[in-house]
Amino acid sequence: MRKTLLAASAALVFAAGPAMAQQKTIKIGFVSTFSGPTAVIGNDMRDSFELALDHLGRKIGGLPVEVIYEDDQQKPEVGKQKTEKLIESDKVDFISGYIWSNVLLASIKPVVDSKTFLVIANAGPSQVAGELCSPYVFSTSWQNDQTPQAMGLYMNQKGVKSVFLIGPNYAAGKDMLAGVASTFKGKVVGQELTTWPAQLDFSAELSKAKAANPDSIFVFYPGKAGVQFLSQYEQAGLKGKIPLYTAYTIDELSLPLQKELALGVPGTQEWVNDLPNEANKKFVADYIKKYPGHKPSFYGAQSYDAVNLINSAVVATKGNLSDKEALRKAMEKANFKSVRGGFKFGNNHMPIQNFYLQDVVKDAKGDFVLKTVATVVKDGQDDFHAKCPMK
Amino acid sequence: MTGWLSVRNIMIVALLAALLLLPVYVELGGNRFLLTLFTRIVILALAAGSLNLILGYGGMMSFGHAAYIGIGGYAVGILAHEGIFSGFVQWPVALAASALFAAVIGALSLRTRGVYFIMITLAFAQMAYYIIAGLARYGGDDGLTIYKRSQFVTPIDLSNKVQFYYVCLALLYGSIYLIWRLVNSRFGLVIQGSRSNDTRMRAIGFPTYRYRLVCFVIAGTLCGLAGALLANHTDFVSPGIMYWTRSGDLIIMVVLGGMASPFGPLFGAVALLLFEEMLPFVIKLVGTPFFGEAAARASEYWQIIMGPLLLLVVLFARRGIDGLLAKVGAKVRAKVST
Amino acid sequence: MTLIIEQCLNGLQFGLLLFLLAAGLTLVFGIMDLVNLAHGSLYMIGAYFAATFAAWTGSFVLGAVLALVATLMVGMAVEVIAMRRLYGRDHLDHVLATFGLILFFDESVRLIWGPEGMSLPLPSWLNRSVQILPGINYSAYRLAIIVVTLVVAVLLYVLVMRTRMGMLIRAGASNREMVGALGVNIKLLYTLVFGLGAALAGLAGLMQAPILTVQIGMGENILILAFVITVIGGIGSIRGALVAAIFVGFVDTLGRAFFPDLLRMVLSKDAASTAAPALSSMLIYLLMAIVLVVKPEGLFSAGQK
Repeated sequence: MRKTLLAASAALVFAAGPAMAQQKTIKIGFVSTFSGPTAVIGNDMRDSFELALDHLGRKIGGLPVEVIYEDDQQKPEVGKQKTEKLIESDKVDFISGYIWSNVLLASIKPVVDSKTFLVIANAGPSQVAGELCSPYVFSTSWQNDQTPQAMGLYMNQKGVKSVFLIGPNYAAGKDMLAGVASTFKGKVVGQELTTWPAQLDFSAELSKAKAANPDSIFVFYPGKAGVQFLSQYEQAGLKGKIPLYTAYTIDELSLPLQKELALGVPGTQEWVNDLPNEANKKFVADYIKKYPGHKPSFYGAQSYDAVNLINSAVVATKGNLSDKEALRKAMEKANFKSVRGGFKFGNNHMPIQNFYLQDVVKDAKGDFVLKTVATVVKDGQDDFHAKCPMK
Repeated sequence: MTGWLSVRNIMIVALLAALLLLPVYVELGGNRFLLTLFTRIVILALAAGSLNLILGYGGMMSFGHAAYIGIGGYAVGILAHEGIFSGFVQWPVALAASALFAAVIGALSLRTRGVYFIMITLAFAQMAYYIIAGLARYGGDDGLTIYKRSQFVTPIDLSNKVQFYYVCLALLYGSIYLIWRLVNSRFGLVIQGSRSNDTRMRAIGFPTYRYRLVCFVIAGTLCGLAGALLANHTDFVSPGIMYWTRSGDLIIMVVLGGMASPFGPLFGAVALLLFEEMLPFVIKLVGTPFFGEAAARASEYWQIIMGPLLLLVVLFARRGIDGLLAKVGAKVRAKVST
Repeated sequence: MTLIIEQCLNGLQFGLLLFLLAAGLTLVFGIMDLVNLAHGSLYMIGAYFAATFAAWTGSFVLGAVLALVATLMVGMAVEVIAMRRLYGRDHLDHVLATFGLILFFDESVRLIWGPEGMSLPLPSWLNRSVQILPGINYSAYRLAIIVVTLVVAVLLYVLVMRTRMGMLIRAGASNREMVGALGVNIKLLYTLVFGLGAALAGLAGLMQAPILTVQIGMGENILILAFVITVIGGIGSIRGALVAAIFVGFVDTLGRAFFPDLLRMVLSKDAASTAAPALSSMLIYLLMAIVLVVKPEGLFSAGQK
C-alpha cells in the first residue's frame, strides 16, 4: 500500500515538473557576514548586489528574482551550515558572496556536490584556483596571491630593500604574505601571523617589527582590523619612520574611520572607484545616490559584477536553468560589462585582469579619497591555473 | 508499576515513533532539510545524554564536555585527511581517544568539587581546544573538510542521508538504553548516592572516587561517539565545536529537557534546536499579517527570548520538560481518578 | 632589549586590565557565592556606553565617566531584578541563569546598537607615543591604562582595608551568615558590591575599547581569563586577583611575543605560526590546572569553605 502511495506521489511530482518550469523565479543565495565588526563589508556587498538588481529592473534574464541573504558570522562552520540550508531548504539556483577564504573552503563541498553554480564575490584561496576548481565555481574577484604580488612588484620599482610582513593567520592571510614574498626582490626580515579574527591588539607584532628595523612593513588586515592596525601603528610611533605598504587594508569602508592615518599609504587592487569606464561611472554614481553618505568599495564592485555575470548567463540560455552545460558555457563567456573594464576568465574560472596602485590623497574639499595612480599589472593571471584540471 | 499510561510516557513513545518515521515523511514530499536538521538533533541528543549521565545523575558539573565532540570529530577528520577512511579504524580511535582524555581529566578533576570542578574541567577543555586550533596541518582555526565519510562494509553507506540518519538514531536509542540500565544498576545507585551525599557513601564503604571516574569515562566515550557522528554529518570539523560556549549549549539541553531522566536530554535537544530553527520562522509567520516588514526584522532577534526563558526555567521549572510532563501527568491522573 | 621592555609593559597593561575584571568577579563570588557568567556582558556594556556617550558629548573622558555611572546603575538593576533570586542556590543554577543573561544582553545590545559594533576613537592627546626611557617610545594610551588601573587598585585596597564597608566585605567573604546575623543590611551590601563589580568590569571594557573594537560577544572571550585569574588568585581575595592577573598578563603577552620564535627553531614557519598562539593561550589553562591540583583554594584564599 505504502509503495503504491510512494509511486503515485512520485508520478505526480514528475508530471508537475515541466509545468512548474514555466513561471519560475530565479533564486539566488548570498552568504556573507552581517554581524560583528566586519558586518560593514557584508552590508556593502548586499547594497551593491541590490543596486545591480535595480539596474536590471529586478529581473534576471527577464525572470523575477529572489535573493536570500544569510549571515556566516565570519565562522567557517556557520557559513557551511547556511550554505547547506540555502541549497537543501531554499533550493537556490545560484549562490554568491563569501568574503572569507576559510568560510569558502568549508562551504565549497556541498555546493559542488549539488551542482549549484557558485559566483565567488570576494574570497580567493589558492586551492579553489588550483586543484579544487570546478565547472560550477566562478569568481568575480581575484586570487589571494595576485594583489600582494602586484604590491611586491611595485615595491621593487620603488627600490625598497627589506620588508617585515604582518597578517592574520588564516587561509587568505597566509596567501597574501606569500604573494608579496614571491615577487619582492628584497629581503624579508620577518613575518608575523596574528590570531584571526580574535586578535585586534597588534602591540607585540609592531614591537617586533620595530626591533627588526626593516625598510618597510607590509600588512593585510581587512575590515575593522585595518582601522585598528593603522591607529596602533601611529600609537607605536612608526608613522613617518617606517613606510607602510598594504593590500585590502585601506578601502572605501575603512577609510572614513582611518582618515589621516591612511594618508600616503599605498595599496594595490583590481578596482578603484575612479576607474574611467562607463559601467563603473554609473555604478559609483547610482550607489552614492541610493545610499547617501556612502561610497562603494571593491567588495561591492565584485558583488555588482556577480549579478551581471549571472544575468548574462541566464539571458544566453533563455532562462533554461536545467541545462547545466549550456549555463556553464554561457558563464565562461563572461559576456557582460564589468566595472573593472575588461573582464575574461582563465581556464580555472578566475578572472584575468589588471591590478592598479591606489593611493590616499586629500581632495579639494579636504576629504580623504582613494585615487588610481598607476597600472602595476596588466592582464594578470593567477599562478595556480595550471593546477586546475579543467581546460 | 502504576501509571504506565502517563502523559509523560505517551509523549516519549510519540517522540520515539515520530523520529523513527521521519525519513518516510521526508520521502513523501516533505522538506529534505528536515532530515539534515533532525540528524543533527539526534546526534546532539546523544551528546547531551552522555552529559546527563554525569551531570543529572552524578552531580558532576562538567563545563568541558564539548571537548569530546571535538576529539571524536577530529579523530575521524585527521584519519580521513591522512587517507584512512575505514570506519572500523576511525570510530574505535575516536572512542579510545575520548576515553583516554576523560580518564586523565577525570583523575585530576574529580579530586575537586563544586565551582572548582567546573573551572578545572573548563580549563582542560580549553587546553584541548587550543591544542587542536594550533595544528596547522589539520587546518587550525579554518577547520578541516572531510571528503569521504567513514567507510564500513558494503550494505552500509553513510553518505546516504537516510541510512546515516537511521545509524545515528539506532546509536541514540542504544545509548539511552545503556544509560537506563546503568543508572538502575548498583553502579548507578552509588553514583546517585554520591551526588546527594558523598561523605555518607564513603562512610558506608564505597570508593566513590573510582565509581565517579568510571562514570566520567563512560560519559566522555559516548560523547566522543557523538563527535565522530557529527564529523560525518557535517563533512567538516573545526575547533569551534569544542569552544566552552558549546559546552554551555549542552548543559542547557540537559537542564531544559530534564535531568535525571534518560529521555530528558532528548526532549532538551529537540526543544532547543527546533526552537532555534522554528522560532524566527514562527514569529515571521504570525507577525507579518499584523506588523508586516517589522515582523521579519523582529524574527532575527528571537534569541532575546531565549535568555529570560532560561532564567525562568531555572527559577520555576527546575526539572525541565520531563518534570513538566510529569506534573501535567499527575494532574491528569488526579482528575481522572475523581 | 627595547623589545623586551615594551613587551613587559604590554604584559603589565594587559594584566592590570584583567585585574579590573577579575576583581569584580572575585568580590561577587567571594561575598555572595554567586557564579556570574554575565560579568563579561557588563564589560561589553561599559564599552558600548562609552562609545555612545563619547560620540554624543564629543569628549572621551566625559564619555568614559558617564559610561561608568551607567554601568554601575545597570549592574545594580540586574542585581535587584535577577541576581537576588539566585542567592543560596546551587552553582549549576547560577551558571544556567547567568548564561541566559549573556544571551539576553547580547541580543539586547544587537537590538539597540545594531550588529556591526562600534569604535571608540582616542582624543589626540592620548593617541601618540611618549618617551619613557631614552630611546624607548611607548604608547601614551597604554601608559594611561597602567596608571589608571594602578590608581583603582590602590583605591580598592583603601576601600577594602580601611573603610567600614570594606570591613563588611571582608567579613562577608569569610562568614556570610554571621554578618547577616549581626544585623547588617545584607541586601544593600550585596547590591552595592555587585554594582561595584559591574563598574569595574565596565571600566575595563571601555579602556580596552580603543585598542580592540566594541562588538557583541567581546565579553565571552575575556570572561574565561577572568575566571581563571579568580581561581588562581583565590576566590574572594582581591590581592590574589592582582597577583594572578599580572602574572597571567605577563605569561600571555610574553608567550605570544616570544613563543613563535622559540617554536620556529624546531618547527616549520607555517606550523610555528599556527601553533604558537594556541600553545601560549594554553599555558594559562595549564597554570590554572596545576594550581587547582596543588592548592585547590587558590593562592590567597579568603578562607571560606
